[in-house]
Amino acid sequence: MPFKDKLYRLAKRLLVSTEEAEDATQEILMKLWSKNDNIGKYNNVEAFAMTMTKNFCLDRLKSKQAGNLKLVHSNYGDDNSSLQKQVEANDSISWVQKIMEELPEQQKMVLQLRDVEEYDFDEIGELLDMKPTAIRVTLSRARKTVRERLMQKHSYGIG
Amino acid sequence: MELDRIEKLLEKYLNASTSITEEKELRTYFSQESIPTHLEQYAPMFQYFSMAKEERFTKQVPIPITVRTRRVYFKWVSVAAVAVLMFGIYFGKEYQKQKEIDYAYSETKKALSLLADNFSRGTEKVAYLNEFENTKQKIYNSN
Repeated sequence: MPFKDKLYRLAKRLLVSTEEAEDATQEILMKLWSKNDNIGKYNNVEAFAMTMTKNFCLDRLKSKQAGNLKLVHSNYGDDNSSLQKQVEANDSISWVQKIMEELPEQQKMVLQLRDVEEYDFDEIGELLDMKPTAIRVTLSRARKTVRERLMQKHSYGIG
Repeated sequence: MELDRIEKLLEKYLNASTSITEEKELRTYFSQESIPTHLEQYAPMFQYFSMAKEERFTKQVPIPITVRTRRVYFKWVSVAAVAVLMFGIYFGKEYQKQKEIDYAYSETKKALSLLADNFSRGTEKVAYLNEFENTKQKIYNSN
């Protein structure tokens, strides 16, 4: 599946934990597989899969919160994927990740889809069921928040 | 010039009005080494985005080939089970009927044989009576 990495990255953006994201991606891929027969009917399988992932992750988060099983935000550092190593090489880059974790879900998703996956506004609108103007506002807000927090960190001189 | 343009792009970027190509330009610009100090703070942001795109889904997904076939299989199994059940009920009924008939037959036979027994016993007794009659006749004849 050519876009499974995209699904995974979106899942990880929302769920934070690597394991959770992997499970979610696997779940989505299985669901897609079981729909194998009529998958041709969807005109855009990737968008469909992304929407599935989004809904699945939001459901997961909701059930987590309801079940008092909040995700542990500190458990993502212990894997040693190449990304993690790269991130450790540059501390301020890992801040961006942490800052993004603190954003509201909507902003997280918009920022992920736009700045990481480079989707255009129409696609994002289709995925998140939002109007282009709303996306622009959300995106602008998210970018400004990230920049501001990053500047705060810089001015504290931690890095 | 270049720097001027980048600053303008950044402004547009923060207002979310840049196009995808312009954002790509920003990303490539901030991926280089020498960035003016007043813009340095933006670098981690763009570097992170390019890096986050590199993340790969490495977990091996077990391909559920069996899922589809098994489901079809289960469907047919249920059909077969229903068919077997129907046949079972039908033949079971038939068998029960047959058994009832057999039972009735054997009961009737028993009853008839009982009757026949008693009847023959009755005739035996009647045979004694005949003997009595014969003797009486003999006596009458001799007198």
